[in-house]
Amino acid sequence: MSVTVLGVRHHGPGSARAVRAALAELDPDLVLVEGPPEGDSALTHVGALTPPVALTAYALDEPRDAAFWPFAEFSPEWQALLHGRAAGVPTRFIDLPFGHDLALRRRDAETDSDEDTAEAGEDTAEAGDETVPELVADPLGWLAFAAGHDDPERFWEDLVEHRRPASTPTAGAGGRSPVLELFAAVAESMAALRDPDHQPGPDASRGAHARREDLREAHMRLAIRAASTGADAAARIAVLCGAWHVPALTGRTGRITVAADRELLRGVRPVRTATTWVPWTHALLSADSGYGAGVTSPGWYHHLWTAPNQVGARWVARVAALLRAADLPASTASVVETVRLAEALAAVRERAVPGLTELTDAVLAGLCAGDPVPLAVVREQLVVGDVVGAVGPDVPTVPLAADVARAQKRLRLAPTPVEKPLRLDLRRELDRERSALLHRLRLLDVDWGIPTTTSSTGTFAEGWTLAWKPTFVLALVAAARHGATVEDAAGDVVAERIHAAPDLAAITGLFEQVVLANLAAALEAVRAGLEQRAATTGDVAHLMLALAPLARVHRYGDVRGTDTGLVVGLTTSLMTRICAGLPPACASLDDDAADAMVAAIDTADTAFGLVADPEHVARWHAAVGVAAAMAGGNPLVAGRSTRILSDAGVLAATEVATRLARALSAAGGAPADAARWLAGFLGRSGAVLARDPAMLSLVDTWLAGLDGDAFTIVLAPLRRTFADFAGPERRLIGERVRSGLPRPTAGPPGGIATDPADSGSPGGSAGGSPAPAAISPAGAVPAGDGPAWDLGRVAAVLPALTTLLGPAGTAPAAGTTPAGTRPASTRPASTALAGAEEGHSDA
Amino acid sequence: MTLAPPSTNTAAPDAGPTADSAPLLRPHAEQAYAGELAALAAADTRPRPPSWRLSPWAVVTYLLGGVLDDGTVISPKYIGSRRLVEVAVATLATDRALLLLGSPGTAKTWLSEHLAAAVSGDSTLVVQGTAGTSEDAVRYGWNYARLIAEGPSPDALVPSPVMRAMTRGSIARVEELTRMGAEVQDALITVLSEKTLPVPELASEVQAVAGFAVIATANDRDRGVNEMSSALRRRFNTVVLPLPASEDAEVEIVTRRVADLGRALALPDEPPAASEVRRVVQIFRELRAGVTSDGRTTLKTPTATLSTAEAISVITGGMTLATHFGDGRLRAEDVAAGLLGAVIKDPSADPVAWREYLEGVVRDRKGWSDLYRACRDLDDDARVPGGA
Repeated sequence: MSVTVLGVRHHGPGSARAVRAALAELDPDLVLVEGPPEGDSALTHVGALTPPVALTAYALDEPRDAAFWPFAEFSPEWQALLHGRAAGVPTRFIDLPFGHDLALRRRDAETDSDEDTAEAGEDTAEAGDETVPELVADPLGWLAFAAGHDDPERFWEDLVEHRRPASTPTAGAGGRSPVLELFAAVAESMAALRDPDHQPGPDASRGAHARREDLREAHMRLAIRAASTGADAAARIAVLCGAWHVPALTGRTGRITVAADRELLRGVRPVRTATTWVPWTHALLSADSGYGAGVTSPGWYHHLWTAPNQVGARWVARVAALLRAADLPASTASVVETVRLAEALAAVRERAVPGLTELTDAVLAGLCAGDPVPLAVVREQLVVGDVVGAVGPDVPTVPLAADVARAQKRLRLAPTPVEKPLRLDLRRELDRERSALLHRLRLLDVDWGIPTTTSSTGTFAEGWTLAWKPTFVLALVAAARHGATVEDAAGDVVAERIHAAPDLAAITGLFEQVVLANLAAALEAVRAGLEQRAATTGDVAHLMLALAPLARVHRYGDVRGTDTGLVVGLTTSLMTRICAGLPPACASLDDDAADAMVAAIDTADTAFGLVADPEHVARWHAAVGVAAAMAGGNPLVAGRSTRILSDAGVLAATEVATRLARALSAAGGAPADAARWLAGFLGRSGAVLARDPAMLSLVDTWLAGLDGDAFTIVLAPLRRTFADFAGPERRLIGERVRSGLPRPTAGPPGGIATDPADSGSPGGSAGGSPAPAAISPAGAVPAGDGPAWDLGRVAAVLPALTTLLGPAGTAPAAGTTPAGTRPASTRPASTALAGAEEGHSDA
Repeated sequence: MTLAPPSTNTAAPDAGPTADSAPLLRPHAEQAYAGELAALAAADTRPRPPSWRLSPWAVVTYLLGGVLDDGTVISPKYIGSRRLVEVAVATLATDRALLLLGSPGTAKTWLSEHLAAAVSGDSTLVVQGTAGTSEDAVRYGWNYARLIAEGPSPDALVPSPVMRAMTRGSIARVEELTRMGAEVQDALITVLSEKTLPVPELASEVQAVAGFAVIATANDRDRGVNEMSSALRRRFNTVVLPLPASEDAEVEIVTRRVADLGRALALPDEPPAASEVRRVVQIFRELRAGVTSDGRTTLKTPTATLSTAEAISVITGGMTLATHFGDGRLRAEDVAAGLLGAVIKDPSADPVAWREYLEGVVRDRKGWSDLYRACRDLDDDARVPGGA
């Protein structure tokens, strides 16, 4: 009975070659590989796989709890599996079962959350370990680094090439081949790296990582012992594991008894798991995952593994081909010179063969003219590489994944990891189905396609960006409990979400998704859920927000052949509820609530516009009309409502002007309200002001008529409102104001002149309000008689007026009005101002 | 990269051939560092390419510095990436032409001179590229008196530095390659690919001896240069020299070069105030990058290159001022004038950038008030006479 432990570098082509040679020579009758024992059953499919692939194990109760063990063609582990298959030798995984590992991790997570205080100590312990895992993960790379090599692969090759049996006086080396010598040397150096006096033992002070390592090694030792003892013991066992573990599995294992190992593993109740194979990519290999040691240059390793000879020249030739494909000059003469340079560089650096570093430096100087930009292309496509593995159709997977694969085939959508845009024309049957598949997968959290915005809404085009990630396989496994086909599973997910939906808007959002995913069965469920929530929802703002997606479906759904009948019924009932509920909902709102309400009203207005049912639009406008004219309503809402009616043409321009004037003047005592009304009214755009000089002059007059304090109050909200206008609008308004505005006249569009007086402006004429007159210091002068004005006071106002209205020319407008023509038109404004002045001085 | 302590064994203004008379203003690299080169040659046991004075390893050591087995300290000539120097040396070892590309003041010429000195022991075979450089300067010219008297003969031929380098198997340097006219540049193509220089007038040719190589420098920032033809370009291996990577590296370069130059200018052997050097380097780096070193304030970038070479000249200028007009200690006011001159190259835009920097950054920086005052005084002086 003999056990040979081969310590390797995960994903190292040098290791892989050495392992292949060693296995051929040892001809073991049992191969044990570092990996999850759950994967043993999946080994029968090795022949149906094209690397890079990954063995994945996941918990049955929560498939997202998963781990991957990636294998590239140049992985020593993969070569061991291939050897086992080719030679008919039983091959088994011996690492700590994933179920155990997961159980331990879950236990740790629980204790962590239980004892928050203990966590701090744990963290520092982990931090202290920080440099160690690097050493543990890639000890050979670390050795290479210590020896001054930046490329561990070359270090390894040097080891292979330079270590000759004669020159290594290892004890008991007699008759061993160079390859086995090599592995013996690796074991030696690892034993030196690992402090022999610090053999693993259960020690609470060590980090979780170290404890896990102990368990893994204990399990591997037990597995090796089990295989080498008993009746059916294998005679020649080859064990393949990360170099770091070699000393723990050989030599000093005697110090650790079987009982101690069993003790370590006692009391762990494994989680139930399942395994399968998933295709992997070189890009994923370069990230840290699974076997810990992420490789930075899988493409280069692949090249090292596949290139039969002339490694450097072939590499540069491939670089040149890549550059030419990108329309960059790369002549054969340059390739020759680049290879020469790489070799000279290797000589300067005193290395036997040029490695990736030399080749890259040489390519930069020789082929890229020192420009790092093309080099980035080389790195992405060659050094990392875009190789994608494949898993044969017979490899077992969940029914849902199989259904996805069938659909992909039928719809001619190949899952590729490279991002690529897809444009669907929804008038075509095929594209409609594709769209449905992508939307359904999104419901299952498989974001294979990400929707991109097309040029406009409501067209028949739909834009996607497709990129298939290997982890989607897991998401599919996780979603498999929802159903065996994509359609069923997506429907089930929808039903679940309706149940859990917090509010109406969440369900309507879902509704839209369901329509997009063309899930007829789920549609009815959503509709029922919506109907029920809508009936119980008293919040009109919610209803209005919910209406928007429904209206979109109402408008565009028929492109997909959705049964819009369902939607129509629901939209109608929602619209009715909104129209009924809007006016009361607009009463007694504070400013924050009014902001939200205005946003909801805007959304709803757009939605009503989309549905474009005249009857409902009329009802909507009636409801908005009530909100606009509501006494005691929030001025912001009233302003916006007026604007909606105005934009819809329901209110005549004159009526709008009247309301504007009223809103501005009614606020004699509260300019802030007037400003908010104006903010609501103008909120959407300033175009109305820019286009309609009459309206602009109304606002201008109002603004100019405010006294200092009132102006200060109004300034902030108005500034905010105007800041939202587009630049050209603001400029236009500015130009209008500068070029002079028509004064508001008391003609038909007005009521303006009379309105303020009617609504009881203080100091108004006709003795309507005796109080100000009575307490006014100037009260001696009856307000009604124009000529009896206190000219001194009027003169005192003039400078302020000039400041407010701008340079002479506009300011004296009131004064230049021919006296006597329409005294009524000038006086109220002036008196209103005087009245304000008086009120002010009283205060 | 580890840096050797500043060397003191290679002072060498007296190493030149004219040691008896006044010292040379600027000895060639092979003169200034003759001691180091000899020590390297003695210690160098590695194989040397044909005609090379040193092995590639020794050339890299000469450029990057180090300590030899016998204890000789080799001062670093180029402070920067080892990778770049290795690529450059390896290029020359393959008899390929080397193109050093970079912004002004990134030590292109400096590196090329030292490479030539270390490889061939001779850095003087230089063709300076200008708009007026003719093909004769690259190939060969004629001694017209002899040409007319005797007709074409090898004696009447005046070889160019390139031709001489070919016959000797040494390195020819072409400075500012892209400033030459495109057709003059292309005269190099035959030399670089065939390694021969035909002389049709004599129906003969000059064939390059092993060891011949060309180092060209070119500027990638200048406007109005002549783009290299792709035929010529692909005959070069290109090494792009970057600006110094870190402030510390740049301070080190400036200090070292200022010390060398100070010696050459016979300034007193007092090292420049380290704080002043650091300040100048920081100002240059900040204005170059358009952001302060703490990353908090963005700055206007002046049109000036603000290279390390200019930082060196600001400091040496300041030291000269301090020596001849002050008490020999480098102070803010000595540096200020040079600083202003280096930053303000474009009279319309740069003063704005400089004043913004002065008022926005320099004024509020702790311990920089002396510099601020010095710059302000200068600024005011400059503004009053020209103020009209």
